[in-house]
Amino acid sequence: MGCGTSIAIENQTRPSETAIKAAILIQRWYRRYVARLEMRRRYTWNIFQSIEYAGEQDQLQLSSFFSFMLDNFTQINGNGPDLISHLLDSVVDPLTEEVRQLKYEQIVVPESYSGPRLSFPLSVTDTNALLSAFKEEQTLHGKYVLQLLYETKKFLKQMPNVIYLSTSYAKEITICGDLHGRLDDLLLIFYKNGLPSAENPYIFNGDFVDRGKKSTEIIIILFAFLLLYPDHMHLNRGNHEDHIMNLRYGFTKEVMQKYKTHGREILQLLQDVFSLLPLATVIDNKVLIVHGGISDKTDLDFLSTVERHKVKSALRFPKRSIDHLNVQQSQSRRSSSRHSGRSKLDSPRSSGRTSRASRRRKKHFTKQGSCSSSSSSSSSSSSVVDILWSDPKNPNGCSPNSFRGGGCYFGPDVTQALLQKHGLCLLIRSHECKQEGYELCHNGQVITIFSASNYYEEGSNRGAYVKLGPELVPRFFQYQVSRSTRKLTLHQRVRVAEGSALRALKEKLYTHRSELMAAFQQYDIDNTGRISTSEWAQVVESVLRLDLPWRTLRPRLARLCADGNVEYESCFEDISPGDPIPPVTPNLAETLYRYRTDLEIIFNIIDKDHSGQISIEEFRQTWKLFSSHLGVAVNDQTIDDMARSIDFNKDGSIDFNEFLEAFRVVHKLDVKEQQQG
Amino acid sequence: MADKYNAENIITETQKRISNAFDVFDHESNKTVDVREIGTIIRSLGCFPSETDLHDIIAELEEEEPTGFVRYEKFLPTMTKILLERKFRPITEDLLLQAFEVLDQQKKGHLEPEELTKYLTQEGEPFTQEEIDEMLSAAVDPDKNVILYKDFVSMMTFDDTR
Repeated sequence: MGCGTSIAIENQTRPSETAIKAAILIQRWYRRYVARLEMRRRYTWNIFQSIEYAGEQDQLQLSSFFSFMLDNFTQINGNGPDLISHLLDSVVDPLTEEVRQLKYEQIVVPESYSGPRLSFPLSVTDTNALLSAFKEEQTLHGKYVLQLLYETKKFLKQMPNVIYLSTSYAKEITICGDLHGRLDDLLLIFYKNGLPSAENPYIFNGDFVDRGKKSTEIIIILFAFLLLYPDHMHLNRGNHEDHIMNLRYGFTKEVMQKYKTHGREILQLLQDVFSLLPLATVIDNKVLIVHGGISDKTDLDFLSTVERHKVKSALRFPKRSIDHLNVQQSQSRRSSSRHSGRSKLDSPRSSGRTSRASRRRKKHFTKQGSCSSSSSSSSSSSSVVDILWSDPKNPNGCSPNSFRGGGCYFGPDVTQALLQKHGLCLLIRSHECKQEGYELCHNGQVITIFSASNYYEEGSNRGAYVKLGPELVPRFFQYQVSRSTRKLTLHQRVRVAEGSALRALKEKLYTHRSELMAAFQQYDIDNTGRISTSEWAQVVESVLRLDLPWRTLRPRLARLCADGNVEYESCFEDISPGDPIPPVTPNLAETLYRYRTDLEIIFNIIDKDHSGQISIEEFRQTWKLFSSHLGVAVNDQTIDDMARSIDFNKDGSIDFNEFLEAFRVVHKLDVKEQQQG
Repeated sequence: MADKYNAENIITETQKRISNAFDVFDHESNKTVDVREIGTIIRSLGCFPSETDLHDIIAELEEEEPTGFVRYEKFLPTMTKILLERKFRPITEDLLLQAFEVLDQQKKGHLEPEELTKYLTQEGEPFTQEEIDEMLSAAVDPDKNVILYKDFVSMMTFDDTR
């Protein structure tokens, strides 16, 4: 007995040769397994980013469409709407402050409303009530939203463009990045790091809204804390604090859905509030915090003089505003801003490295006959766009940000120069999703901090926040909100994210079908239906203009036949159209699928009262404009047929959401999965 | 003639595969990758090198003054050779199953998590804590708290990309 156990023990302490070999084999195999998953995760990431940035680049197209309209049409027809006045919809406040305040106070909140009832000035009771309510999925009544926004607007008006803060001894400041409507992430941050207070100051670095479904709740919470702790809570503007971005990326829709009565007024107020958000924060005169980044023209003193509230959107510069967009001279500074002694004002940039987008806008301005002030005004607005849209890159230099269509790519030399110019040591920015929630670059001089976990898809990335104490050494904290209670394995996480990315990619293929087929067929002279992998990859890359590893992706997108060539039509197999509207030809359908989002934005702009309806005439005219701008040949009869067939009630108006729904593609595999249950 | 054409074709196809895989990790789009990603790239191209093998390869690929980056010009010939010579042959499902069976000395049909952990973190080229945690999360049957390795191997070798 004793012998037996001791032998067993001996065996346990000294594994055999074969056992060791077996262990090595398993290790080798497993590491390879993980590497394959890592590869899939990485190209999934590339897909998401490429599509996201390509989408943002489409913004440029939209803004050039607006320029096109401004250039060519002043009015659609006698009875129709003045499309231009829709665009130049600068919010002119006809009511005086007192009247407006009274109006909000008089809004009656029904007895049945069980949500929080705010009282101004706000107290901790109010913010606690808001947090509890939102955790319970309640909605704050429109009256309080309006009052909150109104107070926020009043407060922000006093703020300078650049806010200077200091860490006092033993106080750490917490800096958070993009939230994009992810309430769970914000609540998780507050849970881990505590609520904002005098002992626990916060800076939120922009992009609070869009994409996620709880953008309204997030800004309510952030603005409430802003009013409650004005010295300890700071918000920077992001590129999504922009009403045209909101039209495209979901915030406008969210507001209109949650606030049927007051939605429009809320959105109007928000236009002002967003444009009044400060542009930058500086800690201890050493750390600069902005949402996007910088350019080689960025200068904090100049930035402090810009009339930031005039830059309502980075995506359009209506002619009328140019005249008002003057650069303030150094003597008339805002009262509450603190500056160093220098009253430097950069001379207007005539040539040099303005982004492609602002160059195009400048061309438009001169056509309209604006005076020389145009160059200085566009340098004001481009300095704002640079702050909100730029990305750091590793090569030296500063070049236009072609991905985004606005702002620049700035290199380590640009960072170094700016930091040196203002005696700073660190730049903290957000704007880009990072797998670990944060990333350092430019020799540690730039930190990217991103606070929306699972941004692309469940498991795609962590979120993070950074804390800075008086010694200004950053400490990072990561987290990940998980929808499922059971932890997903690596494989599951990769698969979910990958599935989503591939679906998006397949949609892209489908909506460019005719172009792709035409190009494929150029290689397939004998009409065999097959071309080589190289040829397939080449065509797809040039038509979609997405820089992705197509050969690596090929197995997930298209089928090979027996001789090793690609059956190119197989890449359209998994997608089928939704219910098509009869008079629409396949070509037109494809165009509609592709530009669905842009059309949605335009319809939303035309639909001033946000009713979801536009008149047939408006529909006709918009479509004609858009297609002539795109150079797509659509004959009038087709448009009219389409318009009439959509007008189900025959009352002369179109529910454009229904119209757009018809052009949402259906993924066949999803349908199959649903059927199999 | 046909053979030569085929041979050239194979080399070009191989090089394009290598280029594509390399590009996935080339964040700056300047034909360099972080040296720490080399292992992942090589493995994703179908090879099963050991950690020692990788160290040797990386030593070959690094610059005289190590920059932390590997350039494509150096990577391509090395990787082409590895693929054409079929070095670091794949480990098949059968071989993998046999390995687990060897570790299952008492022929129980399953392994205890502690058993497997001991082998993989103490022998051969030991796993890090992260690696063993991740493997166990997929391998351990949550009800019985053991590793049913036959099922595990089947699941892991199933290629859901085809």
